[in-house]
Amino acid sequence: MISLEDVSKKYPGQVVPALDGVSFAVEQGDICGIVGLSGAGKSTLIRCMTGLERVDRGAIHIGDVDITRLRGAQLRQAQRRLGVVFQHFNLLSHRTALGNVMFPLEIAKASPEEARRRAEELLDVVGLSDKRDAYPAKLSGGQQQRVGIARALAANPSVLLCDEPTSALDPITTQSILELIRQVNAEFQVTVLIVTHQLSITQQACDSIIVIDEGRIVETGPAQEVLHTPTSRILKAMVTTLSWS
Amino acid sequence: MLFRLLWTALLETVWMVAMAGVISIVLGTVVGAALVFFSDPGLGRDWPINRVLHIEQVLSAIVNVGRSVPFLVLMVAIIPLTRLLVGTSIGTKAAIVPLSIGAIPFAARVVESSMRGVDRGVVEAALVMGAAPLEVVFRVMFPEALPSLVLGFTLTLVSLVSFSAMAGAVGGGGLGDLAIRYGYQRFRTDVMIATVVVLVALVQAIQWVGQAISVAVDRKR
Ligand SMILES: Nc1ncnc2c1ncn2[C@@H]1O[C@H](COP(=O)(O)OP(=O)(O)O)[C@@H](O)[C@H]1O
Ligand SMILES: [Mg+2]
Repeated sequence: MISLEDVSKKYPGQVVPALDGVSFAVEQGDICGIVGLSGAGKSTLIRCMTGLERVDRGAIHIGDVDITRLRGAQLRQAQRRLGVVFQHFNLLSHRTALGNVMFPLEIAKASPEEARRRAEELLDVVGLSDKRDAYPAKLSGGQQQRVGIARALAANPSVLLCDEPTSALDPITTQSILELIRQVNAEFQVTVLIVTHQLSITQQACDSIIVIDEGRIVETGPAQEVLHTPTSRILKAMVTTLSWS
Repeated sequence: MLFRLLWTALLETVWMVAMAGVISIVLGTVVGAALVFFSDPGLGRDWPINRVLHIEQVLSAIVNVGRSVPFLVLMVAIIPLTRLLVGTSIGTKAAIVPLSIGAIPFAARVVESSMRGVDRGVVEAALVMGAAPLEVVFRVMFPEALPSLVLGFTLTLVSLVSFSAMAGAVGGGGLGDLAIRYGYQRFRTDVMIATVVVLVALVQAIQWVGQAISVAVDRKR
């Protein structure tokens, strides 16, 4: 379960805050899409949820901890239970696919045999068993993102946070990555948050949608409902682009 | 006879450069990593100790001073320290001290820029996986920066060769010393030319090996 209460964040020198009183909750096992134009505050939201950025105000509960209250070793402990997927994959170039999936397990002090076994298992889940000894530079974008997803799942997280997971990928590969996200959501009962500026992605993959504009939530609800009857100016504008694609 | 002289001088130069290279690369890596570590908000920038000591700014200022003092001046200025450390201020062993000290700031900047070249996203990915700051340095930054670090260390060794020739001119031994004593003072143009040829060959060899290692490391990725 994810729940945010009144989260605000202003970067130094900023006039309009990047996040302004954001509150929402995502049910266990849901796939929730956070949409907004670029600059809306989506990445900031994810960065606050992962503890990379400190909030000015508010609480972020993931599972039973408030991530905003944790520091140092306690924060790192909580971070190890999050799965994070990045737009640009962010794989370690000096490690193979298998090595990349093993990395978070090594950080969490799993034994080498245990880490290896689990990493092999996860590469199998994402359909990349045959590429386990390949370095990221030798993998396609879609394959790199599969490794990224396997890596995010390594520590058995209860939530998967994805910041623009398909924005660097072509439409066909985007489909297959979204299918994979749905598959792991079903298989591991992991709650998924997908941040995106592409509305079509929420249409394909999300149970619920949160629309964010200038750091504020402007609309929220079940995906099909929100997409059929948008009320906010921003979503109305985005929905028109949807019907063309 | 000429060959004998050259060979001895070459060995002295290689010895000086190797010793000073190891020392300056090790200490330069520590300083360079500290420069990065204490300026990075994800690592040690906000540590209480850094708030008090401003480690990055202080180290950076020292490095800048070290980089701006001409090597010849440094060599003379630290003679008391050299005597203290190795018991003498002339000869090959004595030259290692100023060579090492002169190259530390250089190596530190080299390491710093290599580490800053590591993809920010990769560093942040490690942080959100719960990696501790030192784990980020040792398990992400150093290995990710390795090809670039190897090139930077090569550069450090190459500049040590030319510094060592300068050290030779003031009694440090090695190829520079040979060039001055025979080539210049005894008008032995053949020795002078031979020395230059050997120096060029040495620099070429270091560059070639360094580049080959860097490419080999990089190609594995
Ligand atoms: N590190 C930062 N320093 C200052 N301002 C930032 C920083 N990161 C983002 N911003 C600003 O915060 C706002 C939200 O950015 P971001 O969360 O990246 O939006 P999105 O991911 O929705 O495109 C933007 O106005 C952006 O310019
Ligand atoms: Mg963004």
